[in-house]
Amino acid sequence: MSSRLLLTKLTRGLLTVWLIVTLTFLALNLSGDPIEALVGDQATAEVIAHYREKFGLDRPLWRQYISYVAGIAQGDFGLSLSDQRPAIELIAAALPRTLRLGLTAFVLGLILGVGLGIVAALNRNKPVDRFVMSFAVLGFSLPNFFLGIMLILLFSLHWRMLPSAGDATIWHLILPAVTLGTHFAGTFARFTRSAMLEVLNKQYVVAARAKGVPRPRRVLWHALPNAAIPIVTIIGLKLGDLVAGSIIVETVFAVPGVGRLLVNAVTSRDFALVQAILIMTSITMVLANLAVDAVYALIDPRMRAARSES
Amino acid sequence: MAMSRLFSRSDDAPVRAEARYPALVVVSLVVLGLILAIFVFADWLAPYDYRTQSLLKRLKPPAFLGGMPEHLLGTDELGRDILSRLIYAIRFSVLVALGGTMIGALIGTVLGFIAAHFRGLAEEAIMMLADVQASLPFMMIALALIALFGGGFFLFVAIMGFYGWEVFARLTRGVVIAANTQGYATAVTALGAPARHVYLRHVLPNILSVLIVQFTLNFPQVILLETSLSFLGLGIRPPLTSLGQMLGAGRAYLTSAWWIAVLPGIAIFLTTMSISILGDWIRDRLDPTLQSR
Repeated sequence: MSSRLLLTKLTRGLLTVWLIVTLTFLALNLSGDPIEALVGDQATAEVIAHYREKFGLDRPLWRQYISYVAGIAQGDFGLSLSDQRPAIELIAAALPRTLRLGLTAFVLGLILGVGLGIVAALNRNKPVDRFVMSFAVLGFSLPNFFLGIMLILLFSLHWRMLPSAGDATIWHLILPAVTLGTHFAGTFARFTRSAMLEVLNKQYVVAARAKGVPRPRRVLWHALPNAAIPIVTIIGLKLGDLVAGSIIVETVFAVPGVGRLLVNAVTSRDFALVQAILIMTSITMVLANLAVDAVYALIDPRMRAARSES
Repeated sequence: MAMSRLFSRSDDAPVRAEARYPALVVVSLVVLGLILAIFVFADWLAPYDYRTQSLLKRLKPPAFLGGMPEHLLGTDELGRDILSRLIYAIRFSVLVALGGTMIGALIGTVLGFIAAHFRGLAEEAIMMLADVQASLPFMMIALALIALFGGGFFLFVAIMGFYGWEVFARLTRGVVIAANTQGYATAVTALGAPARHVYLRHVLPNILSVLIVQFTLNFPQVILLETSLSFLGLGIRPPLTSLGQMLGAGRAYLTSAWWIAVLPGIAIFLTTMSISILGDWIRDRLDPTLQSR
């Protein structure tokens, strides 16, 4: 990908983040007085004035906006209203758990999904294919909160094999990662299957076969890289699902990650913390999509050539 | 492949009904028909009111697990009849999803028309907002709106109405811009018809099928969204109920009364799976490029 296109994408991404920042600022100011919600209606005027000053709400709106944007640019997302600690600290404390769970689930889903998709494509219309595709449909139509509860019911409560809540050990990771990963495995299996079927009939694969290239090498070396392009597209499209999914799965399995932090913040209507998580997520999403675009260019030489010409 | 199949159809034995309507598709249709019937006739179908408590009959298992015959699917922690709650939960879930999808379709379509009609700054602004919406998972946006505005049934439906408007806006904008350059729209405009008339009477009927397809794609997404948020305790809240709300509330009784959580879960699962099986089937039939697979 040409650097110019990358720059355009980056600018668009930054614009999106800035819009989200501005919209949350507007929302924060439209939603009424957060101080009253915090101290209750029994508080004296002095107490309210003190908190106004503490959160910087006594200044004119445009000054608040400028310092808000400047603060975010420096990583200062303000104080959590219910906790009174910097929102960024709370997020930083929860983030490693979310990343560990999300990455494990994603890699699990990717490996399982791509593997199953290849197997299905190679055994097209045979029982193996039907079995894999049934699993795929099951995987992405099972809502993750229901799958999580069924897994808890079976593996934690009935067979007592795995813990159902928390994230103290590696064993705690298994059920939530499987819950979150199943959805991706289902999606990736479907897309890999159809991408592989598309490629397996191409002349270069047939030619490789005629040349006597052994089947594993033909599939993994000649077909799979060409099938990877639609798969990478799906990865980019599924990142949002990963974020949304981890909110649910962290709640089901009581993992103290960012998702749970967000749910708790919404429950206690701590909008300062909610907007911090919102903005952080949008930045992450923009960066992740850029990374997907970069991978795109890396695996598809045609993309590089075509785009630098235009 | 598609061509060869088209031609071979007349030579081969006639396609059997089973192949044209696979068993799973039939099952999915039946499930969705049932859900629709429950949505419409909930008041007649439910044996009890979904709020009626009976503290003497708490946490009773379903009849097939040795419970009481008068509570076919058992009772919950307040002795409420689960079958009745399930019926009303389906009604509320479908109601929220229908309402939300319709609001989203309406907002998006209107904004799409505005963008296509005025172009320029209005178009830029609308498309920029669409980009913002698409850049975040909608679950996050919904949670932020709930944090901002709080709970309540109508508010929640309105928040669900924000889902997917950007897809409708993009679709509509694209099709309307294309239509405006096509013969029929310019012809009617040249005859002196006002823009409103051209759009409502001539362009809208032409793009309606595209919008309806998008509606059916968004609907199951909104069902999942509603159930997820209600499951978190942030969507439909007691005393109202929905499939997600039942599941979330039943989670506390997994050890003693698993059916409270599992039964609504099965209902959600059957609904979403039926929709996706049916959607796949329709897409396979409509898209000739997929015929060979």
